[in-house]
Amino acid sequence: MIAEFGSFALVLALTFAVVQMALSAAARVRRSAVLAAAGEGAAVASFAGVAIAFACLIHAFVTSDFSVANVAANSHTEKPLLYKVAGTWGSHEGSILLWCLILTGYGAAAATLGRGLPRGLKALMVATQGALGTVFLAYTVFASNPLTRIAMPPVEGRSLNPLLQDPALAIHPPFLYSGYVGMSVVFSLAVAALIEGRVDAAWARWVRPWALAAWSFLTVGITLGAFWAYYELGWGGWWFWDPVENASFMPWLMATALLHSAVVTEKRGALAGWSLFLAIGAFTFSMLGAFLVRSGVLTSVHAFAVDPKRGVLLLIILGVTAGSAFALFAWRAPKLAQGGLFAPISRESALVMNNILLAAATTTVMFGTLFPLVREAMGTPISIGPGYFNWTFAPLMAALAIILPAGPLLAWKRGDLHGVGQRLWAAALIALGCGLLAYALVSPRKAFGALGIAIGVWLVAGVVTELVERTRAFRVSAADSWRRLTGLPRGAWGMTLAHLGLGVFVLGACAELGWKGEAAEALPLGGALDVGAYHLTLETVRPVEGPNYDSERAMIRVTKAGREVCTGEPDRRFYPAGGQTISGIALCYRGASHLYMVLGERRKALDGTPVWLIRAYWNPWASLIFLGPVIMALGGLTSLSDRRMRLGVARRRAAATPAPAAAKEQPA
Amino acid sequence: MSWLPKSPKARRRLTLVAAIAPVLALALGLTLWGLRGSISFFYTPSQAAAAHPPPGRSVQLGGMVQMGSVAKHPDGRVDFVVADRTARDKVSFQGDLPDLFREGQGVVAVGAFREDGVFEAKQVLAKHDEKYMPPDLEKALKAQGEWRGDGSTPDYAKAQPAT
Repeated sequence: MIAEFGSFALVLALTFAVVQMALSAAARVRRSAVLAAAGEGAAVASFAGVAIAFACLIHAFVTSDFSVANVAANSHTEKPLLYKVAGTWGSHEGSILLWCLILTGYGAAAATLGRGLPRGLKALMVATQGALGTVFLAYTVFASNPLTRIAMPPVEGRSLNPLLQDPALAIHPPFLYSGYVGMSVVFSLAVAALIEGRVDAAWARWVRPWALAAWSFLTVGITLGAFWAYYELGWGGWWFWDPVENASFMPWLMATALLHSAVVTEKRGALAGWSLFLAIGAFTFSMLGAFLVRSGVLTSVHAFAVDPKRGVLLLIILGVTAGSAFALFAWRAPKLAQGGLFAPISRESALVMNNILLAAATTTVMFGTLFPLVREAMGTPISIGPGYFNWTFAPLMAALAIILPAGPLLAWKRGDLHGVGQRLWAAALIALGCGLLAYALVSPRKAFGALGIAIGVWLVAGVVTELVERTRAFRVSAADSWRRLTGLPRGAWGMTLAHLGLGVFVLGACAELGWKGEAAEALPLGGALDVGAYHLTLETVRPVEGPNYDSERAMIRVTKAGREVCTGEPDRRFYPAGGQTISGIALCYRGASHLYMVLGERRKALDGTPVWLIRAYWNPWASLIFLGPVIMALGGLTSLSDRRMRLGVARRRAAATPAPAAAKEQPA
Repeated sequence: MSWLPKSPKARRRLTLVAAIAPVLALALGLTLWGLRGSISFFYTPSQAAAAHPPPGRSVQLGGMVQMGSVAKHPDGRVDFVVADRTARDKVSFQGDLPDLFREGQGVVAVGAFREDGVFEAKQVLAKHDEKYMPPDLEKALKAQGEWRGDGSTPDYAKAQPAT
């Protein structure tokens, strides 16, 4: 009964989405406040409908109602409660419902929170959001309803893939989707602005909080995914340039570009057309990602069990939605007013350069992801290895990292490169010194690793320089500096934190890639292998029974120079429900570095005694890889809490100064 | 600088082009450079026999793991045979097989042929999902008329290893 109730609520939500689209569009045409309010009400009702359907699906999972097809395929009575709940979004159908829940959630939030927006723009935004809701809810209801019953319910479910039974992965999809789908509000605002034919500083101000929120969620989501891959797949790596990873990364790159270009549009009224393009592009890449992951067109290590028919439907949705938005863009964008002028050396130019590099990086990633598809259509399937991405993406990002510290120090309109050079020389020297030290002292000698360290230090030192400049530290009294530091707007802190996070990430990624150590050996009990400076001894292997699996657990004693530093207990689990075996890894933290241990298969040695395949990795500074993005996301949230971000404030400001708001927060 | 256009708009456009062009050229150059070593073709054993990729060139070999062909050695090395209907290739792999690697199932091995014709795999991909078939492999098998639908095991995979 509850599943039918959920299905009904879902259809109701679809109806409300149609109503939302129609009423809000009519509100814009008739300029009617009553119709607009009704449209906003419909947006909230649509959200409520999806929320009820989602709650019903969770209920079906928690109570193990195997008469619901999706539950039978993805749940099991013996699964821990957390994974029963997480199983709700662990399958294709459930995750599309989560997508719809977040889509309508953002729609409802935009409808209720955006009080400061001009009426026409807001009505059009709510209408566009309603159109998106209609398309995705129709897809859910007609092509992938998660609440469908089956005629002959099985006694036991097929269980969720054990690799997905993990706390990080339980919360990974909600974060990732909040990021993906958050771009829909940005998309709707862009479409609304194009129809209205007006993009100004105020528009950029309304876009930024949504873009920031979505970007922060996406950052956390991608990081959780990378962390899951790192400690669950047992391959010792955290990023494989897999198509599905790229699919989540491309919207992130676009959103990052948008955050920067929107600053220029907000402060100087320039780049309006480009910001619109990015706003549409970010959500297009989100939808492209949804299509790539679900259609099964790509060979990927992460995949849903897929259905080509659904892939075609998703491709049609992508084509129609993005196609009409870009057509609208091509039609209306040339008529937009051109913004203020700026000199080649200025903060605007630095941000333009950031956008050019990010766009180029996105294009290379997109090419590497989609080119195999093109070749496959031509009949000669190929695959593009990580080497391609390392060669294209890394140099472009290195170029971006090199200009990054200069950006915040440049003045708007006309910057002084000489002055910036004077402020940054200390940071440059420190970076160069650290790079040379890393090259000379760390063995084995790695030129690229050392270069990466130099770039990472350059970013961190650049952030420190920027803070010193902002607070006039060492030039005014300490108390005065402190007053300036605490008086900095949160938006400025957000940027500082995000840039710091990037530096931390670069340090971790380059150290890990440059100086990673690896060893694999078949060990009998008491056998040992060496990785990095560590000596690993396989002490015992014993059977352990888990809640829904049986496992073998090894105890590995780790010593360094004869002194015991830790013990690792990697295990190897067999899940009878799905008949799968997976390896659970053990991590031994050494400062920011990790010693990573995997227990492999049991084999028989020549003399008949059992041996176990043990793999171990030494991952220097691996913690920084995951810490960096967390700092970036914190920066995003800090920026979001800035009172200038609140929509009401933006409107009052915009009302007070109709021209592009002057930038006054920089002492520069 | 008299050669610069007079109108500020045209000047801005010129600056923008001057900024974009080198990045574009860099990206294009890197793309071509990066593609050189990173593209690997996908073959089934019979396609590999026809195309005859030179030893050492990185390729992907996809097919079914022949029943009874898997030999695991104590030192961690694994030998198995990947087959399609008309051809089979010996594969040698050092390391831990994916958890879903099984005889009679589809796999994709990434690596290169050695001089002696044995395929030296650097990586072996099997799927999380036991019903899964890599799209390339599915297509190649369908083209050869070998496709029996999800999860079924083609007969040749059950055959005893030749010699």
